[in-house]
This record gives sequence, structure tokens and C-alpha cells, in this order.
Amino acid sequence: MAGKKETFSGEKIYKLFIYIALITLAISIIIPVGWVFLASIKQNAEFYGNPWALPQGFYVQNFISAWTKAKMGEYMWTSVLVTALAIFILLIVALPAAYVLARFKFTGKKILSALFMAGLFINVNYIVVPIFLMFVDGDAVLKSVFGTGFLLNNPYILALVYAATALPFTIYLLTGYLITLPTDFEEAAYVDGSGYFRTMTRIILPMAKPSIVTVILFNFLSFWNEYIISMTLLSSANGPKTLPVGLMNLMKAQNAAAQYGQMYAGLVLGMLPTLILYMIVQKKLTQGMTLGGLKG
Amino acid sequence: MKKGKKSVLFITLCLAPAVILYFIFMIIPTVNVFRMSFYKWGGYSNNKLFVGFDNFVILFRDMKFMQSMQNSLLLIALVTIFTFGLSILFAAILTKEKIKGKNFFRVVFYIPNVLSVVVIAAIFSAIYDPNNGMLNSFLSIFRRDSQPVYWLGDQKIVIFSLAAAMVWQAIGYYMVMYMASMASIPESLYECADLEGAGRITQFFHITLPLIWTNIRTTLTFFIISSINMSFLFVKAMTGGGPDGSTEVFLSYMYKQAYTNSSYGYGMAIGVIVFLFSFGLAATVNFITKREPIEF
Repeated sequence: MAGKKETFSGEKIYKLFIYIALITLAISIIIPVGWVFLASIKQNAEFYGNPWALPQGFYVQNFISAWTKAKMGEYMWTSVLVTALAIFILLIVALPAAYVLARFKFTGKKILSALFMAGLFINVNYIVVPIFLMFVDGDAVLKSVFGTGFLLNNPYILALVYAATALPFTIYLLTGYLITLPTDFEEAAYVDGSGYFRTMTRIILPMAKPSIVTVILFNFLSFWNEYIISMTLLSSANGPKTLPVGLMNLMKAQNAAAQYGQMYAGLVLGMLPTLILYMIVQKKLTQGMTLGGLKG
Repeated sequence: MKKGKKSVLFITLCLAPAVILYFIFMIIPTVNVFRMSFYKWGGYSNNKLFVGFDNFVILFRDMKFMQSMQNSLLLIALVTIFTFGLSILFAAILTKEKIKGKNFFRVVFYIPNVLSVVVIAAIFSAIYDPNNGMLNSFLSIFRRDSQPVYWLGDQKIVIFSLAAAMVWQAIGYYMVMYMASMASIPESLYECADLEGAGRITQFFHITLPLIWTNIRTTLTFFIISSINMSFLFVKAMTGGGPDGSTEVFLSYMYKQAYTNSSYGYGMAIGVIVFLFSFGLAATVNFITKREPIEF
């Protein structure tokens, strides 16, 4: 009997230990993120005391000056534009390609699939400087012909680059999903005299919806949060910038000018969209992860 | 499926945009990385001089590159061990044990993964701030001498501070992934083990781990390649390589040479070496972790 009692208390200690571990990790995530939210409504003077002190009031001025003076409003608009446009281009380009790769037989199909697969291993961090140089050269040519270049410091071009660099993963994911769909509906459509294009848009697109949602979710997060390409291609000091790059500049300025409140307000503006989206779709996101396999 | 001119046209139209974008923004820049590494090329002038392997010879005598290599390897090792150890452990706990608020923990642990690295960098500078930071003020409860710890300013500590932030970001993602593969292990195996008196730890090492080994192996290979990239993102946003080069990593050094310093040729030579190195490392890890696949 004594032995049984011992294992019972051992069990309790084990459970306690597990809960401590889980709660520690949860706290290490919730506290810092929550802290930023609280810090964003503090006045500047409050930052020189105890960091755990609660805000004395809701200091809205932080958000106003972040939005206007630090140009976060403008950067946010650029981010929205770039992200939305990049996702749109990506879907328009990747869906037909993935459909053809999944369904049709043609010469060179194997090579093409392998080529796109190889792209999964090319990380954008390696090729960002060559892309930048390509644009520098391109702008020089454009300048000599039209008098002005438009490749650098252009959010629309940035969106195009985002879409292009996301192609391999997106095509991989979509092809993998489309291959599993039954062909009966398409064959029926062809028998009824439907053309290829019509079949693709009317039959395949609705069936591919779950995979399209996954693609949008993952690419929204990666485009919205990206900053290396954005920093390199939108490098002009007074030109357009995306939110993460604007935030980084704000962080650097904060070291010199000590505008803490404004910086944390900017931070909240940067992470709120992704956090809200995550809270809404968290089930889909974590399920889509296993559907899509690996993210680089 | 019908064959003929119409289908050829359709296939071409569907594939053309993807192939063109992929070529312009991924294939050509990748080829350029390799090509440019053989040139001495600096500044915005177009003086390209073919120098063969000179850049690589200089590279292996470059002490700063060697330092960045050391830092990268240390970071990769630390981050990989802690991320995998912790995420597998937490995944096992959350799938196997009866935990209250299981879903809550899963949702919270994944949050860092949806945040931009810039936001994470800002959160961690608030944590690591020597004077009013969360960590130092928390530690001052236990430490009587109030000498602040310079988490990001001390050359001996900074790399560990960086590693902690990277682990914090990655745990949730991998945990969710392992939870999915652990959930597919049939319960009957554990019931059998229970009857035969195997404890939790034995079950973990003899059932759970071997059965998800294939999954661990694939993710490990990808993780090593991606941690080279992630360390760049974190360094760029958190420390900028400082203090005094003590957090310079592979790609941050490449970016510094190729973009900030405008030594394009030399920077690309670094890119080539890192690219080959990451593949070599991934292949080695893949080889070492090879086991007979176990099925259930």
C-alpha cells in the first residue's frame, strides 16, 4: 500500500511540474506582448520608472503622433496595398500553373515541376541584392529612354517581387491539393462542351477553395511581416515604406529621441492586424500547416 | 482528355506568367549570385573585373567572416537543440496528458509565429533593456547587487539573448506540427505499453519518438536551412551585428558587404559559400539521423 501511495504523490508532482512548464512558457509569451499594448498608452515620463507599473491613463496622443508624425498611417496603407496586390498577382499566376501541372500531360512537365521544386530551396535573402542590382540597371536604362525609372522605390514592383518569390511554395501546395481532387466533374464538363478555361474557373476554382484559403493565410502573414526585400527595394529615405521597415526606423529613432510611447503605439499598429487575423482563423491556420507540409 | 492545338494553347497560357515571373525574379538572380562571385565589382560604377576564385581566397582569410561563421554555427546549434527539445516535449505533453486548457496553450504558443521579426525584435529590446527592461527588473527581485545585465550590450551574453528570442519565436510552430503527427499514433500502442508496465519516459522514447522520427528528420533538415535565414532576420532587426561583430552571422555579413558596403562581387562570394554550406550541413544532418523507418 505504501508503494501505491508513493506513486500517487509522484503523479501529483509530475502534473504540477507539467503545469509549471506550460504556464511559464505561456506567460513568457503573453506578458511581453501584453506589455507592449500597455506601453503604447503610457506617457513618455512613465517609461523611466518601474516597467511593471500600470499606465496612468489612456494616452491616445501616442497613436495620433505614430499615425501622423511617424507616418505609420502612410506605411500601413503601403503595406495593405503591397500585401493585397501581391496575393492577387500570386493567385492569378499560380492557380492556372498549378492546375496545368496537376492535370495535363505535356512534354517538359517533369522538368518544369522539378524547376519549381528547386525554387523551394532558394531563399530570398540570397537573391535580394541581385534583384536590387537588376533594378538599378533597369532604372538606368529606363532613365535614358523615358527620362525616369520606376523599378526601385515602387510598391507595385515590390508586390510583383513578393508574388514571384512566393511562387514555388504556392505552386507546390496547390498542385499537391489539386492532384487529390476527383476528375469526374471536369470530364462531365468537357462532355457538355465546356472549354478549358471555363472548366478551370467554374469547376476547379470552387473545389480548390480550401487550399486557396491556406495560400492566402500563409502569404498574408509572410508578406505583411517581410522586411528585408522591402528595406532593400524601397530604400529612398522619403519614399514609400512598408510597416515593418517604418517600425525599424522608428526603433532606431527611438534610441536617439526617446519617443517610447510613439514607438510602442506603432508596434501595436503593426501587430494588431496579424493578431486579429490569427484569433479569427487560428484553427484553419494550424490545420493548413499540416495540409501544406513544410514552410521553409 | 482532349488533345490538340487548343490544349497546347491553354497549357502555354496557364504556365507562361508563372514561368516568366519565376525566371526573372528567381532563376536569373540565383544565377547572378554565382556569376558575380567571380568578379571584383564595387560601387555603382560598372567596372566589373573577372578575378576567378580570388574572392573566395580572400574570404577564407577574412577573420570577420570566420567570426560570423562561428556565431552562425553556435546560433544554429543552440536554437536547433532548444527549439526541437522543447517543442517535442511540449507537443508530447499536450497530446498525451489530460491538461486543462489544452487548446488555450496551443493557441498561445503559436502567437510568436504570426508576428513580424521586427515586432519580436522590439518586444525583446523592451525585455532586454538594461535599465528599465522587464528581465532585469524581474531578476532584481532575486539579485541584491543592482548592477544591470547588458543582455544585448555584453559581447559574451548577446548571442544567447539572440538565441532565446529565436527559440521563443519558433517553438509554437514546430510544436503544433509535432502535435499533429503525434495525434496520428494509435492509442492502442500506449495501452499495450501501459499494461506491460512501461512508464511515461519509456513510452516516449520507445513509441512516440521512433514513430514520428521521419517527421522530425524532415523538419530538422528544413529548420537548419531556415535558421541560417532566421538568424539574419533577427540580427538585422535586433543587434545589427554588434556589439563589435559579436552577433554577425553568415547572411548579415553578406548583406553588409554586398549592400551596405557595395562590394557586390565579394558579397556574392559569401552568398555562394553560405548556400553550399547550408546544403552540406542539411545533407550531413539528414545522413546522421537516418534510421530504418518504423511504421504502425
